[in-house]
Amino acid sequence: MEKKSLKGWLYLLPAILFLGFFMVYPLIDVFVYSFEENYNFASQTYSGMGSYNYSYVLRDPYFLQAVRNTFLLVVITVPLSTGLALLISVALSSIRPLKQLFQTVFFLPYVTNTLAVGLVFMILFKRTAYTDGFVNLLLSWFGAGPVDFIDGPYAAKLFVLCLYTIWVVMPFKILILTSALASVNQTYYNAARIDGTSRTRIFFRITLPMISPTLVYLIITGFIGAFKAYSDAVALFGTNLNAAGMNTIVGYVYDMLYGSSGGYPSYASAAAILLFAIVLTITCINLLVSRKHVHYFS
Amino acid sequence: MQSETTHKKTGKNGGRILRVLTYMLLAFWGLVVLFPFYWMVLTSIKSYGAYNSEYVPKLYTLSPTLQNYADAFTAVPLARYFANTVFFTAATTALMLAVTVLAAYAFARLNFRGKNFLFVLFLSLMMIPNELVVITNYVTITNLDLRNTFSGLILPSVTSVFYIYLLKENFEQVPDQLYYAAKVDGTSDLKYLIKVMLPLCRPTIVTITILKAIECWNSYVWPRLATDDPQYYLVSNGIQSIRENGFGRENIPAMMAAVVVISLPLIVLFLFFRKMIMAGVSRGGTKG
Repeated sequence: MEKKSLKGWLYLLPAILFLGFFMVYPLIDVFVYSFEENYNFASQTYSGMGSYNYSYVLRDPYFLQAVRNTFLLVVITVPLSTGLALLISVALSSIRPLKQLFQTVFFLPYVTNTLAVGLVFMILFKRTAYTDGFVNLLLSWFGAGPVDFIDGPYAAKLFVLCLYTIWVVMPFKILILTSALASVNQTYYNAARIDGTSRTRIFFRITLPMISPTLVYLIITGFIGAFKAYSDAVALFGTNLNAAGMNTIVGYVYDMLYGSSGGYPSYASAAAILLFAIVLTITCINLLVSRKHVHYFS
Repeated sequence: MQSETTHKKTGKNGGRILRVLTYMLLAFWGLVVLFPFYWMVLTSIKSYGAYNSEYVPKLYTLSPTLQNYADAFTAVPLARYFANTVFFTAATTALMLAVTVLAAYAFARLNFRGKNFLFVLFLSLMMIPNELVVITNYVTITNLDLRNTFSGLILPSVTSVFYIYLLKENFEQVPDQLYYAAKVDGTSDLKYLIKVMLPLCRPTIVTITILKAIECWNSYVWPRLATDDPQYYLVSNGIQSIRENGFGRENIPAMMAAVVVISLPLIVLFLFFRKMIMAGVSRGGTKG
């Protein structure tokens, strides 16, 4: 028995080592860092324990800007992408010819490099001295003036960021929703058809309640994902996000840690923990709200 | 087609209009998805001069050139970024597989004291966001002098609790009788794992391999923290540095050629393993 026990632990040893060293220890450490005041990265010394790092971060205009950008991004992209994905998935599951082709095409953004394709978006939207860019060409057909979406007004920059974020997250949502729709028991539809129920009524009374657990799952993961937005913004606006005014909370964490304004793991830790607290709170609210409205079928 | 019979209320005409609208919506989104890819390929085959003389961008080109691809490989170390990424992806994925298979086997097949407790502990680690642990990892790697090394890049990227969970579930579906039969024949656990379990669970193994490879190929945050020497850049960092100081800001066509080169491997992989990747992502993907 003793030997057998040893064998189990032996098989788990690599996993325990990796997880312990790169996950459990850092997790504890990040809390410690966040309370160490005036931590110096070079000499690894600090002056005392306290909540100064938190109050510094909370008063930092760059952090507040990042929080604002992130919240706007979340509030705009999560409902829009989930709604659009639902619409597209319903459309997808109602057709047969070309269905596979559409599914394949729609999934493509999932397997592309966010940084690389973000560059294409930047070029489509950017206005330079040499060209107004493709999107401005489209706008001019409708008589709208050229806008610089990359270095221009805040609303324009936010628009591109939201658009690109939605473009990136759609494949996952469409995939999950399509398989949820396919798994709805056909007998419900057959029964409704016999009763002559209208399409709209079928959708709101059968389809939507049946897939509501999936929708909740997508909304929750969507919130979490959007709160962690970072590389999409880097792809569009470059690494100096503070200068562009388009930083996100995660971006703020990394900038504090590394880069031209970096070298402050304590501030980075405090900001990361604040982010984690925000995400946890929102997720709990989501779960509480959804419990009232979701139908779970066994 | 089932819906053909359903429009008693909407009538045949309403059904047709709905069908047209459905296809229009799908075609529209298809266009939105594909257009950036078209634009990147199109721009990459326009010559530098032609691109810069188009104040109003053209949607086609009559004189395609491959010069930009040559530039992408000669003016910036794209081949090195590429090789680095291939090595990083292969090594990380291989290590992840070894660690995951052993751990999943222990949880699924072996009995030892503290197993359930440890498993719950593992599961709770799934909730830890990467952003929280990356800070200490950065400090650790810096202190160990592992920045700008492959070990520094690879080691913190190996662990994936979720894949252990996924594989354990699959291992548990293998009937116990096989194990007892193997034991009677005197087969060792390791041999049983390699000769019996792995072949039986091949689809899951392939799924997690592909998902991990995609994740590695696209990873940006950790490589950016762990390297500042272009010798060790991966493609994501490479493209970012190309953008900021590569060909000179205006050589967009060469930049797009680099983007095509970077995007192509995963797209090819996807087209080959389409079913497997999509099934895998719907079981265990997290993006979005």
